[in-house]
Amino acid sequence: MNGIVSYGAYVPCHKIETGEIASVWGADGSAWAKNLNVYSKSVSGPDEDVITIAVEATRQAMKRGNLNGDHIGAIYSGSESHPYAVKPTSTIVAEAISATPNLTAADFEFACKAGTAAIQTCLGMVGDKQIENGIAIGVDTSQGAPGDALEYSASAGGGTLIIGSKNVIATINDTTSYTTDTPDFWRREGQKYPRHGGRFTGKPAFFKHVISCGMMMMERAGTEAKDYDYIVTHQPNGKFPIRAAKTLGFTNEQFETGLLTPRIGNTYSGAIFLGLAAILDIAKPGDRILAVAYGSGAGSDGFDITITDKISKMDRSETVEDMISRMKIVNYATYAKYRGKLNMGATK
Amino acid sequence: MSVPRFWRELDTRYNLIGSYCKITKTYHYPRRSFNPKAGRESIGSMKDYQFKGIGKIVNSTVVYQAQTGYEMFGPYCMAIVKLDEGPMMTTQIVDCDPNKVKPGMKVKSVFRKLGEDSESGILHYGTKFILSEDIEVEEDNENLPDIEV
Amino acid sequence: MREVSIIGIGITKFGELWDKSLRQLGLETGLAAISDAGIKSKDIDALYIGNMAAGSTLQQEHVSALMADYCGLTNHNVPATRVEAASASGGLAIRQAYMAIAGGFIDIAVVGGAEKMTDVSDSESSYTVSMGSDEQWESKAGATFASLHAMMTQSHIEQYGTTREEMSAVSVKNHYHASMNPIAQFPFTVSAEAVSNSGLVSSPLRMLDCAPNSDGAAAVILCATEKAKKYSKKSIKIIGSGQASDTLSLHHRQHLNQMPAIRVAAKRAFKSCGKKVSDLDLIEVHDNFTISEIIALEEIGIFRRGKAAAKILEGETKLGGKIPTNTSGGLKARGHAPGATGIAQVVEVVQQLRGEAGDRQVKDAKIGMVENHGGTAATAVIHILESE
Repeated sequence: MNGIVSYGAYVPCHKIETGEIASVWGADGSAWAKNLNVYSKSVSGPDEDVITIAVEATRQAMKRGNLNGDHIGAIYSGSESHPYAVKPTSTIVAEAISATPNLTAADFEFACKAGTAAIQTCLGMVGDKQIENGIAIGVDTSQGAPGDALEYSASAGGGTLIIGSKNVIATINDTTSYTTDTPDFWRREGQKYPRHGGRFTGKPAFFKHVISCGMMMMERAGTEAKDYDYIVTHQPNGKFPIRAAKTLGFTNEQFETGLLTPRIGNTYSGAIFLGLAAILDIAKPGDRILAVAYGSGAGSDGFDITITDKISKMDRSETVEDMISRMKIVNYATYAKYRGKLNMGATK
Repeated sequence: MSVPRFWRELDTRYNLIGSYCKITKTYHYPRRSFNPKAGRESIGSMKDYQFKGIGKIVNSTVVYQAQTGYEMFGPYCMAIVKLDEGPMMTTQIVDCDPNKVKPGMKVKSVFRKLGEDSESGILHYGTKFILSEDIEVEEDNENLPDIEV
Repeated sequence: MREVSIIGIGITKFGELWDKSLRQLGLETGLAAISDAGIKSKDIDALYIGNMAAGSTLQQEHVSALMADYCGLTNHNVPATRVEAASASGGLAIRQAYMAIAGGFIDIAVVGGAEKMTDVSDSESSYTVSMGSDEQWESKAGATFASLHAMMTQSHIEQYGTTREEMSAVSVKNHYHASMNPIAQFPFTVSAEAVSNSGLVSSPLRMLDCAPNSDGAAAVILCATEKAKKYSKKSIKIIGSGQASDTLSLHHRQHLNQMPAIRVAAKRAFKSCGKKVSDLDLIEVHDNFTISEIIALEEIGIFRRGKAAAKILEGETKLGGKIPTNTSGGLKARGHAPGATGIAQVVEVVQQLRGEAGDRQVKDAKIGMVENHGGTAATAVIHILESE
């Protein structure tokens, strides 16, 4: 059966605490942290962006899967912060893993679920035997406008899944999607920071799509919440995913492994990939996972996944937890410098 | 840097592709079609080689007056690194306290942005290095409250 | 091979020359040197120009024709050649003229060096200087020119125990010399404490370890010795000349704390005239950073490897010491205008050998050496001069 052949993840080594951000705006840091259930967020360095994170995560996946560039027939990168508006992230990743030139590649955008759309595309191509393995990437280095609620959560990171039919460490039993036109969050062409509909991003947007998609997925699979060992959903903050999982009937033990936002913030397209990677880091053969992504605009992709015996043989060192524990705190000034929030003016 | 000038050396920068001289059995970075030590004989005997990307610090400095395009790092660590296969290269050491980098420390390669032509110009990516052994005491990450359910 | 003499010299003040263009600087020094030599423009067989960076700082190449034109030499269609080897451009221009005269092709050449570093921003001039190293694999990787010399310094410290105090002594001594040189950019003394406490540029190098990027020009008139007497009564002979190159990148060298090109160029220069270190009365070396002066003195053989720094601190290279070094103030305090530097160094030694160096005169100076290098010493050029 087709599924995940390998996986990789990347979290930058800097983080800023919610209280530090709040202090700059004269806000109550502990209230914000508690309200969002986000206590710190990852910060990418001045030489890191979606492309470098995608390459690092993909190289980890290639190494873990013992794959070389010849094995890769497609690369699709999902992000809403691609460094180029025109010019693919995916070709740079392809070159950096020596997969060129015999492959197809494209960049996807669907807010935070662009990466899971890439997984579905790869599944289709592998199922149709067009390619041996396809790479799906979800990475973001998104920014919240200074002082906006998003600034407390928007962070950097992402992951890679290699989808194929041979040596799968986890089968993807089925996938389904739930899509509507719901303008809860957007960024216009040429704008630096996204805008959002405030509380409108909740009930009619995130919750409606994630819960509907999760229910559809379980209905198709003929499963119930108790049949799963883990659930991971999109996690724009630390509260939404908990409420969604509980509504779907899941418990703390099932969702805590994949819930990273309280410590690393919202990695947008990277969130479900990182949550899934954290689960794959420790999962045992036979474990079953429900994954439900969400992208504003809006849609959810659901995946019903079962771990195979092959995972026991995989080198799963350098876990997501290792990366998170490496993060060092930076202050707001450093964060502003690293993230291009300083207006340097024109020097030439 | 012009687009073709960067593009021409993409794999050398992205994937540490250098050369192996079959005559002297030595490695070279960046790529060379000619080994100065072996002379004309080496032409045609230089084979592409992908370096493993691990090595050691030979020497380093903390740069306070940044190179053009590196202002946002300041201060940052520049080092001469000796790759395991032999050749040396000049590189930035990132993700560390630059003052703690010392000769002999082990490093490994990472994929990073090297710079850009301008705000509207092409982006340059390539290889930098990080310390491969943690030199600081791990920070305590246990101060997070339980997740509120 | 014919003997070659220097029959005229000219030099501008070094520093921030806001109101002067490259062509003005070239003209001023060229005319001064021609007047000093007592020649006429029709006597000039060739013009050699040392210039490193007009292309990147002024968007002007073809500096040879520019200088010939603005110095009035196009009336006679004097052949003009630009020589470029980063900061060694000036010294190398002299060597080209020297070889052409020694070889019998020409009798008289004007050798001028000029550079405008202040028509661009500090970051642009710093980047320009770093183009003397490997732009692709050093500068673009984030290495400033200072950072490469910082690693040389660090390596020297690790191997020989060179101290902060010793490095500062180089700068203190050169500023002291510059305080007696009217054309110096920084004609004042600095204390060792000021050097040791100046801001870090690239550890362990501090601001006062580093030479400035200056405007300036210098020129000399070279003449076949057999004809020199016709024009000048104070000609100085170039008795030795040597040049060598090395890898462009520092990281391709075996030792970070050595500059082999200087060693080889010095050997060749000594061999060409049968002189030895002990014959030298004074020396100008290329102290773009304090470490460069230390290593250069070791490579030339003035001091044993690892011993130069201590000797400098003891005062052996100070005016009145065993081997006065950089009596002009050196690149550090006279100023460093890359294409002009190698020629300005020769101008200083000529003034010393003529006995015209005023307060900074080295007593009974007969033989002097000039060491000029480019990049991290990927090119080194050395001349030995003797009073006649």
